[in-house]
Amino acid sequence: MKIDQSLPLEYSTQQNQLNILGFWVFIGAEIMLFGTLFAGYFVLVDRTGNGPTGADIFEITPVLFETFILLTSSFTIGLGIHAMRKGYTKAMIGFYILTLVLGIVFIGFEVYEFMHYIHVGAGLQTSAFTAALLTTLGTHGAHVTFGVFWGMFIVYQLIQRGLTPETANKSFIFSLYWHFLDVVWIFIFSFIYLKGMV
Amino acid sequence: MEYFERFAIPHPSPAIYASMVAIGLTVIAIIVGLTYFKKWGYLWHEWLTTVDHKRIGIMYLISALLMLFRGGADAIMMRAQMAVPDNTLLDAQHYNEIFTTHGTVMIIFMAMPFIMAFMNYIVPLQIGARDVAFPRLNALSFWLFFMGAMLLNISFVIGGSPDAGWTNYFPLANNEFSQSVGTNYYLFALQISGLGTLITGINMIVTILKMRAPGMTLMKMPMFTWSSLVANVIIVFAFPVLTVALTMGTFDRLFATNFFTTSDGGMDMLWANFFWVWGHPEVYILILPAFGIYSEIISTFSGRNLYGYKSMVGSMVIISFLSFLVWTHHFFTMGQGALTNSIFSITTMAIAVPTGVKIFNWLFTLWKGKIVFTTPMLYSMLFIPTFTIGGVTGVMLGMSAADYQYHNTMFLVAHFHMVIIPGVVFAMLAGLHYYWPKMFGFMLNEKIGKWTAWIIAMSTLLAFMPMFFSGLDGQARRMYTYSASTGFGLWNMLSFIGAIGLTIGFILIVYNVIYSIRYSPRNVGSDPWDARTLEWATPSPVPYYNFAKVPHVISTEALWDAKYRQHDLFPEPYEKIHMPNNSGVPFILGCIFFAWGFSFVFGMWIPTILTTIGIFICMAHRSLEKDPGHYVPVEKVKATESKLRGSQL
Repeated sequence: MKIDQSLPLEYSTQQNQLNILGFWVFIGAEIMLFGTLFAGYFVLVDRTGNGPTGADIFEITPVLFETFILLTSSFTIGLGIHAMRKGYTKAMIGFYILTLVLGIVFIGFEVYEFMHYIHVGAGLQTSAFTAALLTTLGTHGAHVTFGVFWGMFIVYQLIQRGLTPETANKSFIFSLYWHFLDVVWIFIFSFIYLKGMV
Repeated sequence: MEYFERFAIPHPSPAIYASMVAIGLTVIAIIVGLTYFKKWGYLWHEWLTTVDHKRIGIMYLISALLMLFRGGADAIMMRAQMAVPDNTLLDAQHYNEIFTTHGTVMIIFMAMPFIMAFMNYIVPLQIGARDVAFPRLNALSFWLFFMGAMLLNISFVIGGSPDAGWTNYFPLANNEFSQSVGTNYYLFALQISGLGTLITGINMIVTILKMRAPGMTLMKMPMFTWSSLVANVIIVFAFPVLTVALTMGTFDRLFATNFFTTSDGGMDMLWANFFWVWGHPEVYILILPAFGIYSEIISTFSGRNLYGYKSMVGSMVIISFLSFLVWTHHFFTMGQGALTNSIFSITTMAIAVPTGVKIFNWLFTLWKGKIVFTTPMLYSMLFIPTFTIGGVTGVMLGMSAADYQYHNTMFLVAHFHMVIIPGVVFAMLAGLHYYWPKMFGFMLNEKIGKWTAWIIAMSTLLAFMPMFFSGLDGQARRMYTYSASTGFGLWNMLSFIGAIGLTIGFILIVYNVIYSIRYSPRNVGSDPWDARTLEWATPSPVPYYNFAKVPHVISTEALWDAKYRQHDLFPEPYEKIHMPNNSGVPFILGCIFFAWGFSFVFGMWIPTILTTIGIFICMAHRSLEKDPGHYVPVEKVKATESKLRGSQL
């Protein structure tokens, strides 16, 4: 592998550059995926059948917690990449672990939120609205869950192998993924929760 | 006993039992044959674990041809049933299952892998690359597609085939009206193979954008590479929509949600919209690479560079954009109002403009060209008028007011067959003859090839032209029989004769392959057609590293420059070549996905969970694995080159 020292570590080999571009294209596909889910949600949002509406079931408190936690985790992974660029491997690992912990807390809140919905009679089978809501939120939540596992493998490799062009590349791509989930959450927060509560 | 009843076929018939026996015997024959000839190791090391884009391309090609005959068998059964009035060859349910699987197999598991075969094989060669950007993912794409195809194909022997049409409209596809597990098969087969297609899309975009030979700017890419790039961009934007739609459909069927129901707020039209937001771009995913192949062939056998290169590229980009703006023309009559219909009517008809630009560019390429009528060229020449018939009837269907007359009749069936068969199938057969020497090192027989081309083209006209007339007369599609007083009998009999002709044509292709394997001369050289682009600069068949030296390009026709303009294509010295290692993981992951889909189809939750864990173990394995690939030393490259090229260079 030729390593180009003039570039940041994560871009330093040709395969690394391919991986990063490939991931950006994948994010394009993910935008379509979530775009379709949002489109489905907006079509079905008022079609509540005999079930509750969004205004009936949404609670601002857990949603605000989720939002703050996820936004913070996006910030900490940014700090992790900053540490990586500076070559501070230990600090980077710390920030990555912090990010994953925040991700787990987020999932915890979301599980609580889902249990709440089912408790108040807004289960998956209640109406088209609840099905679309839980599918959209659930897809995002599944992405976060997947990301937590993925991140654990990356932290393990950072500890085992240190900062190499490969681990830097993986870490950088993971950070792109994590930021993307945050962006999706901002849309969920604005257009599902805030719009649903007013 | 109730547990096992789910696996029984709901509507058995002698034909299905015969197929069961045939499948069983074929599997036994394959296993015995591989063991007897001691080919298990060869199969595993050379094919199942390969990450070579060329071998993956060939595997796509074989799968596509197999599925062509699978879908063709459905077609001939349908035409036989319809050939005479009041026929009782098939019952209504069986007919439903056959038209559903015919559509699904032909679009998803025949046409898609056919274009994937050429994309995989040709694109890296045309851009001077040694492999695709992610060889391992490429193998995974193939195995996901293949396992999806197999999953759909076992449906008619285990549990029942899908029966709600290839468009799978809800609520018809819901548990209430489609009671067998057939639709579950449809949902998971498309989900798994669609995932593979999406991965190919990403892979190809990165390959084309980042791995081109020095000097090959975007506007110097050969036309097939351009068409593949545009098609893959469409894939990346269209396939996630299908993913979501299929997931919602799966939830409706397996978890009793209400996305597409008619109660509890569900909206059946949402499926129609999602399906066609994917489904309409899908036809351009198929047709654009086909156009790319025609461009290569017409330019080669006219002895001229392609007329209007920039307008060709521009028209493809415009088509790709418009392809996302027309999906509603699939349901003009389903009550969406005159304004919506008008808008989608205009965007639909607008597609005829860039497509017309392409047709005229091909005609202008021919003009003053020194035309050589080889088999690939013959297919291309037969394509232009036949496709134009299909195209202009598309404009007729695009007029929303007139569509109230044609919709859901045989006129529509005639239209899309007259577009897809000349557009895609002729192109793939032309490409098959054109690229065969590159793939295997010998040519297909030209005489049989030309006979086949004429038989297929004439049979296409005979099979589908009558449907325009019976459709205008009011013959609805998807009805399994009709009475003699309707007067549809003659038209349908003509179609049946055409279908037999097509069958003969496709069998002749197999005959041609077998004949050519036995009798065609070997060592045809690297460039048997006097072609113009880079893929013909490598020896035939292509060595695993593609190019011994990195080519340097100065125009769209790199090889032509090298042959006739004294351009030095390979100015650099030999260097060691980095190649990826083979891996069994993509194949194993594909098998696990197959088991995962099968468990889901029958709602067997413990195997579903176990296979899901298996999928994650494979991903974890990939994450932790160190696989730097290997280097081919210079001496070995030189030795291989001199052996393959002989005295040519």
